[in-house]
Order: sequence, then structure tokens, then C-alpha cells
Amino acid sequence: MEHIVIIGNGISGVTAARHIRKLSDKKITIISSETEHFFSRTALMYVYMGHMKFEHLKPYEDWFWKKNRIELQQGFVKTIDVKSKTLHFTEGFTMTYDKLVITTGSKPNKFGWKGEDLNGVQGLYSKQDLENLEIYAPNNKTCRHAVIVGGGLIGIELAEMLNSRNIPVTFLVRESSFWNGVLPQSESEMLNKHIKNHHIDLRLSSNLKEIISDQNGKVKSIIIQETGEEISCDFVGLTTGVSPNIDFIKESEIETKKGVLVNRFLETSIPDIYAIGDCAEQREAIGNRPVIEAVWYTGRMMGETLAQTLCGNKLEYKPGHWFNSAKFFDIEYQTYGWVFPEPKENHAHFHWIHQDDSKCITMEYNTITNEFLGINTFGIRMRHEVFDTWLSEKQNIDYVISHLEAANFDPEFYKHFEKDIQASFKKTLQTI
Amino acid sequence: MSTKLNFSLSLAKPDQDLSTKQKVAVGLGAIGLFILFLAFLNIDFPNRVLFLSAALGLITIGTIVFANSAYLKKTEGIKNDGVWFKSISSRGILGWITGIILTAFYIVLYFYPQYLGLGMDGAANTGLISLFDPLSQLLSGRPASQWFVYGTFYTLAILIFGYKFLLKYRHNRYEQIRTGSVMFFQLAFAFLIPEFMYRLNSGLPYYDLKNIWPLNYYLFDEWSVKSFLSSGNIGLALLLFGIASIFIITPILTYKYGKRWYCSWVCGCGGLAETAGDSFRQLSDKSLKAWRLERWLVHTVLVFSVVMTIATVYTYLGYDSNDFWLTKGVFISLAIAFLSLVFLLTMIFKRDALGKDAKYGAIGYFITIALLLILYFTGTTHEVFFITSGNLRSAYGFYIGSIFSGVVGTGFYPIFGNRVWCRFGCPMAAILGFQQRLLSKFRITTNGGQCISCGNCSTYCEMGIDVRAYAQKGENIVRSSCVGCGICSAVCPRGVLKLENDSMKGRINPTEILLGNDVDLMDLINQK
Repeated sequence: MEHIVIIGNGISGVTAARHIRKLSDKKITIISSETEHFFSRTALMYVYMGHMKFEHLKPYEDWFWKKNRIELQQGFVKTIDVKSKTLHFTEGFTMTYDKLVITTGSKPNKFGWKGEDLNGVQGLYSKQDLENLEIYAPNNKTCRHAVIVGGGLIGIELAEMLNSRNIPVTFLVRESSFWNGVLPQSESEMLNKHIKNHHIDLRLSSNLKEIISDQNGKVKSIIIQETGEEISCDFVGLTTGVSPNIDFIKESEIETKKGVLVNRFLETSIPDIYAIGDCAEQREAIGNRPVIEAVWYTGRMMGETLAQTLCGNKLEYKPGHWFNSAKFFDIEYQTYGWVFPEPKENHAHFHWIHQDDSKCITMEYNTITNEFLGINTFGIRMRHEVFDTWLSEKQNIDYVISHLEAANFDPEFYKHFEKDIQASFKKTLQTI
Repeated sequence: MSTKLNFSLSLAKPDQDLSTKQKVAVGLGAIGLFILFLAFLNIDFPNRVLFLSAALGLITIGTIVFANSAYLKKTEGIKNDGVWFKSISSRGILGWITGIILTAFYIVLYFYPQYLGLGMDGAANTGLISLFDPLSQLLSGRPASQWFVYGTFYTLAILIFGYKFLLKYRHNRYEQIRTGSVMFFQLAFAFLIPEFMYRLNSGLPYYDLKNIWPLNYYLFDEWSVKSFLSSGNIGLALLLFGIASIFIITPILTYKYGKRWYCSWVCGCGGLAETAGDSFRQLSDKSLKAWRLERWLVHTVLVFSVVMTIATVYTYLGYDSNDFWLTKGVFISLAIAFLSLVFLLTMIFKRDALGKDAKYGAIGYFITIALLLILYFTGTTHEVFFITSGNLRSAYGFYIGSIFSGVVGTGFYPIFGNRVWCRFGCPMAAILGFQQRLLSKFRITTNGGQCISCGNCSTYCEMGIDVRAYAQKGENIVRSSCVGCGICSAVCPRGVLKLENDSMKGRINPTEILLGNDVDLMDLINQK
């Protein structure tokens, strides 16, 4: 029986395993050094905030794996011998495979800052990171002040987490406005205000210079590059993005760049070895997508696709229309299609914002063809299926605006803003 | 490595200290409770009106001040910070103490009302119950009973914790309107109207119009039916309304809106669970085992209550059709015919929707019919199933009405969650659930591929539905137990869930590949 070994028990590897089991009787082993069972990484924040216990993060009950004959192996793969198709573990044992799937995910970026390896300095990615957070920032007595470096999705989540335990937070963001490398300016500014409303000390255009140690090798303070200001703190969160977690592969014959290089079939340079999820790097970008997509949904989609290939239905990874979502403190965000921070050539933005500064939408469209290209929506839930259909049908912006109600996904009895948005769109057209 | 480590219980626990304002609020509420406790110890207050008002007033003010302090200063949004760190809401010591006190209260209430001061054999009330005499006199013109005291506590709890809930979810209009609805129905229909009705017509039995058979399991008891019939046209109208409620009104509303129209908008048990019980919703068991137990238990209770009700009516019907057309024989035949019709229609039109459950449905049906036949061939006016009918009735009232719905259902809130009764024991919920599953426009829609499997929805589902299991497959949630409280949708951080009433077509939509992937692949796999 063919033995498929998957390194990593995140969403990509587990999705692949589940679908392989649905399609075949192959022997499946999932290897992890992080946890025994699959859990939702994106929800680690809720454990720290006390919304859930770690047990609640497991999407499948513990009996699920045995019932579906998916073997779970605890261990850390040290090297891959691709000739003999053997994995060598740091624990000393080995395992052979017929097909290997690398889904080792990401690790937090560090940029060689002085003091970046001190105690109390960490990213937020793994279960171990969360355990360390409980040691260095369990409450506002042990951690009187925290500094977060890096204004992305994990940074703002960490700010929300620390805030939930009344730990004062200084939030250093390199950009001139929060996440404005991704979001249009008005949206980014709305979030700046929202962050400050939660009593976060948001410092824009601020970089970390260095982290200073106390006599015990624990963080004592940080210094800001631009101003030279020293901020004393007991905890530093480094949330300046993630990169593929593939150090153990660098030594092998498998071709890597930043991530494990794969073609559209998710095959690496070595036959019978595949890579999916955060650790995979496409040789050529697919559409507007980055070559490394460190997103829950794309990991899952790669898993769904690769399972087909491994079970005899060879398939290219062909993601559909881009979508994503996040939550910034109390404001939910969803995006469908592409909205760039600045409209691309021959594109324009239509922007609507509610006066309470907690809801807004931005649509990008082509000014020549009027084709609707994408939407960012804050504080108003929208239907994935409807936007996916509109994008496939290449609907024009007028159609989308006038049918917006069909896409609304807010709970019943919520106030609707379609009329307001439509009126605002009309006004925009008149001024152009 | 150890994965058994439970790091929400790490060495240094996060602070969950109360603010000064909250401490004062707790103090006020405690004084109010203390007055009630003194009354319970049979201290006779000189001015009952004053002390009763003070007790209830202080409890109310304490809760309002506490809730204001907890929510009003914070921004609008989900407020579940620290739920699993707080002793009361995570089966900690406070949770257990609360559970034990509540359980003890229910035991005294149901079985030893004299300890609460109920005057036996016409004697005047003493103790706690006598403290409530002035209020009862004001409303219905009679002294209080243990049920009046309980009803007052119950209504007060729904109102003050409803207020707390309204503040907690002040960003969510669905929750606001729904909570307003349960508060209204409790205050008006369960508490005030029956008291006023007694004033107008003292022959009528206590009748909460929204309390529908089989939840209202004594509606068709002989004494109940007799007192309706002896109360003139209004009594007859009420009895007919009771019958119409279950056979006509309920199916129509459930078809249009799902069982939520009742369970989380109208019902008193649901009302208490959604308000006073809100802090315990995360304690419900989400395992597959619990789901299995739930289905066996709740449907067994349903079969039991259907058979019990038929048996009860059977005992007081006559044998001779010359006296009254509805004889024992006609009645049993009608009951069997009705159940068979429901069974056949379900099997003919909804066989696919039932799937593997069809077998269990059939077992339930045949057991019910067999019991009714045994009833017919062995039952007499005094005995059913070879047991004195009165004993069987009181056993049902005892085990289901008292132990299950009261002692376990509410007393164990802080241990098993706030919907234990609704989930495992309520026969009304079972009937509505059956309709919701097979013949309703209601579902919880999953938003394409947006789920991140975080687990908030499952954790905060009071009915123990593993909502995430559906959401992460991109599948709509169509479950008989869902009471439509809307909290899964509220706590979802990615806008994945929406309660809605839409067409029956495409309501149940199992998918293999989620939205967002290759269109050809989705077609290939999902349309198969």
C-alpha cells in the first residue's frame, strides 16, 4: 500500500490527508512536532483572551484520526534523504515514504535586530509562542508594558490580546498608516482611529532600532529608530510578517528559494515530493497572487487540489477569485477580488464610509470597461458566493452597486446601507 | 512533548478583579438576597411591602449597575474576554456553589414548599412566601403560593439579566429584538396575564397562553380540561386555542421561521436560558457522544409524553358512544390514525432528508403505536399499563416536570450549560425540531469558503451543536436542535454565519470542495 507522509499538521496537510482518505485507501501519516492534534492556528488569540480553551481549537475530536486511519507521528524531521525516500528525525528514528508532502508552514520573521532573541521577545505563530506569552505577559503586573513591532494582521491581533488583559501596548508600525501597503488610505485611517479608540499607543512611521536586555537576559526596553526614544517594556512582540519554515530542507536536494519551489501541480524539483501551504513558493505568480501565499484559505485549497493529484486525478492548483477576511478589534473585514491601495492603471476606486467610522466599503473597477474588480468591506458582511459569481460574470460596477442588497450577509434586522451607498455612488459619478 | 498542558490555566492567572463600582453592585444585590434569606429563616418583617420592594429593588439595581459597569464603558462588540478564566463561567468553585444552591432551591420548591413558608391546609403563609403575599394580593387578590414566589423570581431574573444581555449585545439588533421579545412574553404572558385572568374568572386553571402542549404537559389532564369546560365560553376558547397552538399555529410558524420563533423568542424556559443562563452557554457538551445521547433522550421523552397524554385522556373518556361521541376506542383510533399519517407522509416525502435517521424514526413510531395498542387492550378507567393512572401521571410530573426541567435543567446551568432541559428533555423542542429539520425555510447559511475553523461558533452554541463542523465544510446548518439564538453568527470573527429563512431548495447543501478553489474542481466534485 502506498504510504503518503505529510510533514506538518496545519490546515494544508490535514486538508490533504482528509481528502486523500475520502478518495483512497492509502496509508497516511501526519508528522508534527508542535501538537498531537490539528488545531486552528488562527484562533490561538482566543485562548489567551479567555474566549476559548485550547481544546476548543481542535476542529476534529481526538477519535477522528484513528477512525479515518490517519496516523499521527510526533517528531521533528531533521533531514530528508530523497534517494532512499527516508525521513530522519531529531529523536533518532527514521520513516520511509512513497510520496512526501511538505506542509511545514511559516515562522515569524526576524531582521537581525540587536536583542531579538532575548527572553520576552517573540512572534505569535505556534502553540509554543502562546505558552511563552503566558509566561512573559500573563497579566499587567508581570508585564507592565508591551511593545509590538510590525503593523500587520498578527500585530493587531496581538494588540487586541494584550489589551484584553489590560496590558498597556505601544504598537510600532513602519508604514505611515496601519496596513496601508494593502488597504486604501481611507480604510487604513479608519483603522488607525479604531486602534487608538482601544487605548493602544499607535506609533506610525516608527521602526525598531534595538531591544535592550536587563541583567537576566530578559527584555528591559526598546529604542525607536526614528526618534531614539527608549520605551521600557516587559514584552516585545515581533509581528513583521512570516516566512517559510524550511530550514531543515535547505540542506537537501529539494530546490528552494524563500520557500520550497513548486510548479502549478505543487510538485517540487524532486519526484514524489510536494509542497503546499505557507511553505510553498510558486515558480511563477498566479495572477495577482504573491508567489508565497501565507493564508489559511489558500493552504486549504492547495490541500484539496493536491489530494486529487495524489489519488490519480492530476490537477493544477488553480485558485478561483481571491478572497480573504480578518477582524480588527471590533471591525470585521472581508475582501473579494482585488482592491489595491492605489487603483491600478485605468482603474478607479469607489469609496463609501459611514459617519460612525466603523463601516466602509471600497470597490475597484476599470474606468474604461466599467468592470467590477473587487471589494473591501468593513463592518458589513457580504456573501462570498454572490461576489464570486459577479466576478466570474465580469459584472460592471453599476450592476454591482444596484444589486448590492443581494450580497448583504449581515444578521437579520441589521440596518442596511445600500441606499446610502447607491446615492453616494451616483454623486461620485456626477463629480467625475 | 506534552499536549495535555492546559495553558489557559497557567501559573499566573490573568486578573479578573472587579471594579469598585462592580463591588458596590455586588454588595447591593447581596443585601437584597440577604433580606430574602432572613425571610426564609422565618423572620417576620414588620412592613412586608417595604422589605419586599427593598429586596427585589436592591437585586435589580445591583444587577443593572454591574452590567452598566461591565459593558457601557467598553466599545460595542463581542464581550467574551476572560469567560474561561472566571470561576462562575468555567465550572470553577463559584460555578459549583451556584449550581448546588440552585439545585437545593429547586428541590425545596418542588418537594418541600413548607420550608419556604407555604401555609399548609389553609393556614396563613409564613417565611419567604408570606413576604410575597402583598404582591400576590395586588395582582390576583389571593395570598402567594410557592409558585407565585418562583414565578416572580423567574420573571425578575429574565428581566434583569435580559437587561445585561441587551447591553452585552448592543451592537446586534437581532439579539436586541429577540431579547426584548422573551422579556415581554415572560412578563406579560407567563406572569401578569394569568394572575389577571384569575381575578376575572377564578375558575380558570393557571394558563400561560404561550406554554404549549407537550411542554405544558398537564393541559389535557382531567382536572384541567374540566375546569376549562366549566368556565364557560372563555374556558372553551382557551382549550381550543391550546389544541390549535400545537396542531396549527406551531407548524405554520416553524415552517416560516424555524423553531426559534418559540424556543428563543417566546418560551419561558428559553427565556431564562438566554438571559440568566447566558453566562453558561459555553459549557454545553459538543461531542458526538453528547449528540447521540441527546437524540435518544429527547425523543424518548417525546414518545413518553405523547403516550402519557393519550393515556390520561383515555382514562376519563367513556366506553359508550351514546354518552359522548369521543369514546376510548374512537380516541385511540384517531390518535393512531394521526400518528400513522404523519409517519407515512414523512416517509413518502422526506425519506431522503432523513437519511440514516429514518430507521430510528420508524422504531420510535412502531414503539408508540405498540404502546397505544397495549393501552387499548389493557387499559381501564383506573389503570393504564397495569399501573394506577394517577400514579403514572404523578411519576411523569415528578421525573420530567420537576426533576428534569427544574432541578437538572436549571439547577445545573453552571455545570452543563444553560440548555440542558431544552436539549435533552423538552418534548416540545423535539416536535419543533422534527418540523424544523424536515419542513422549514430556516437554516444557518455558511458564507462560502470564509471559515477559519476557529471554533467560536461551536464553543458558544448553547445547544452543543458543532457548528464549525458544518461551517468549515461550507455546508448550511440544518439541525433539529438549533433554537436560533444567533450567537454563533454574532461571535464569528469572519462573518461566516447567517440565520435566515429562504426557500427549501438547496437548504441542505453538503459540499466536498469549498468555494474559492478551482471552478472546474468544484464542479467535478460537488455536482457528482
